[in-house]
Amino acid sequence: MGERKIRVLVAKPGLDGHDRGAKVVARSLRDAGMEVIYTGLRQTPEMITEAALQEDVDAVGLSILSGAHMALLPRIFELLKANGQDNVKVFVGGIIPDEDVPRLMEMGVVGVYGPGTLTDQIVQDIRKALGQGVGF
Amino acid sequence: MLVDAVRQGNRLALGRLLTQVENDSEEGRQALVDLFHYTGGAHLIGVTGAPGTGKSSLVNRLAYHYRHPADGALARRVGIIAVDPSSPFTGGAILGDRVRMRDLAGDPGVFIRSMASRGSLGGLAATTSALVDAMDAAGFDLILVETVGAGQGEVDVASLAHTTLVVEAPGLGDDIQAIKAGILEIADILVINKADMAGVENTERALRGLLQLAHPVTHLMHGVFSHAPAQDEPPSHNEGQYWEPPVLRTVATEGTGVSTLVAEIDRHREYLQESGEWAMRERLRLVSQLDHLLKAELVARWQMSISDAHVQAVIERLMKRDLSPWKAVELLLNGGGT
Repeated sequence: MGERKIRVLVAKPGLDGHDRGAKVVARSLRDAGMEVIYTGLRQTPEMITEAALQEDVDAVGLSILSGAHMALLPRIFELLKANGQDNVKVFVGGIIPDEDVPRLMEMGVVGVYGPGTLTDQIVQDIRKALGQGVGF
Repeated sequence: MLVDAVRQGNRLALGRLLTQVENDSEEGRQALVDLFHYTGGAHLIGVTGAPGTGKSSLVNRLAYHYRHPADGALARRVGIIAVDPSSPFTGGAILGDRVRMRDLAGDPGVFIRSMASRGSLGGLAATTSALVDAMDAAGFDLILVETVGAGQGEVDVASLAHTTLVVEAPGLGDDIQAIKAGILEIADILVINKADMAGVENTERALRGLLQLAHPVTHLMHGVFSHAPAQDEPPSHNEGQYWEPPVLRTVATEGTGVSTLVAEIDRHREYLQESGEWAMRERLRLVSQLDHLLKAELVARWQMSISDAHVQAVIERLMKRDLSPWKAVELLLNGGGT
């Protein structure tokens, strides 16, 4: 019998070109033993959810620095649902104003991570959201 | 149920099936058992080569070409399996081949799946061939399998694919690299990608020289110094005809040379079918798959049959040099540890 790995899509929707944060997170998840599908810059919600479907990921991490999160997230949740992937956990990093965080969590985002977040925190939160202990 | 949905083209079901198959779960195995009957229809194309030669970009362009044929031909459905390495330390992986494949987004006739090598060393993962079977049964006309960035020994893709492309790029090493055994020997088609870079003539000369050495019979058939692929003459299919790997130049980022590459891939398929080599390769592929499964199953059964204490006892004796590894194997296979 084979092994089960956590698969995470790390994507950067929208038009800003700063992917350093996304890459740091991707690398940290890899170092935590996860399989990270990295899709790169300037992804539309359609591209992101299509990739999530084909890759059958457990979680999607989005890096958004452009301020478009309140437009992008509802669309991504809508498409995930339409694809039958309501089970996928979504977390968001980047520049997200504090007042938007509760609304994002209401939509179903499992974590919002601004500058200065310890990457271990993201790893732990993903494992927790997927119902898995640290030893997974 | 998963199986029916996959056969009916349900993409969510296919994605989930591929996970089950990749994890070698009970459900995945059962699905493969049910689906195997429907496999054998796809043309399996392996794409291998050193890191940075542009394999993913080339796969992107190839798939795009199959989806948008210039000559009014029917668009073909394309499955892509892209393998990237797992970290030997953490088991994690960054699978980044999709970055180069964005031209294929939004096309329901394309299905891209990334997979990590999970400790396998031959350029593919242990379950890659099973994933190929699943995509094959799902009805894709072509399945492109991109290996991890391969060096000189990662040649597993050749026993999986009908047609193997080896992708080179200018400036990656002198001709002594080329005459080493390994990856170049498995090429059905040699692609020099990034052909707009300096040094492409040297690379091409080295590769063609190598092919001359590797295919001495060519000289008899095409004249002494005629080592160029006979593109202008229709391939003859006489008894004893064989395939001479063409050397093609491409610039994947611009699409240059891709239509010629597609034509050569089709020509190779025709050659395989007309020469009877298709059946031979199918046999090779199935034998190799059977071989892997059989070995894994035998090991699993043996492990079930023997207690860990026995194994540990034998290891202790090995450590004391009381027993040689060869004798230890005999002991263990005979079911005892003492």
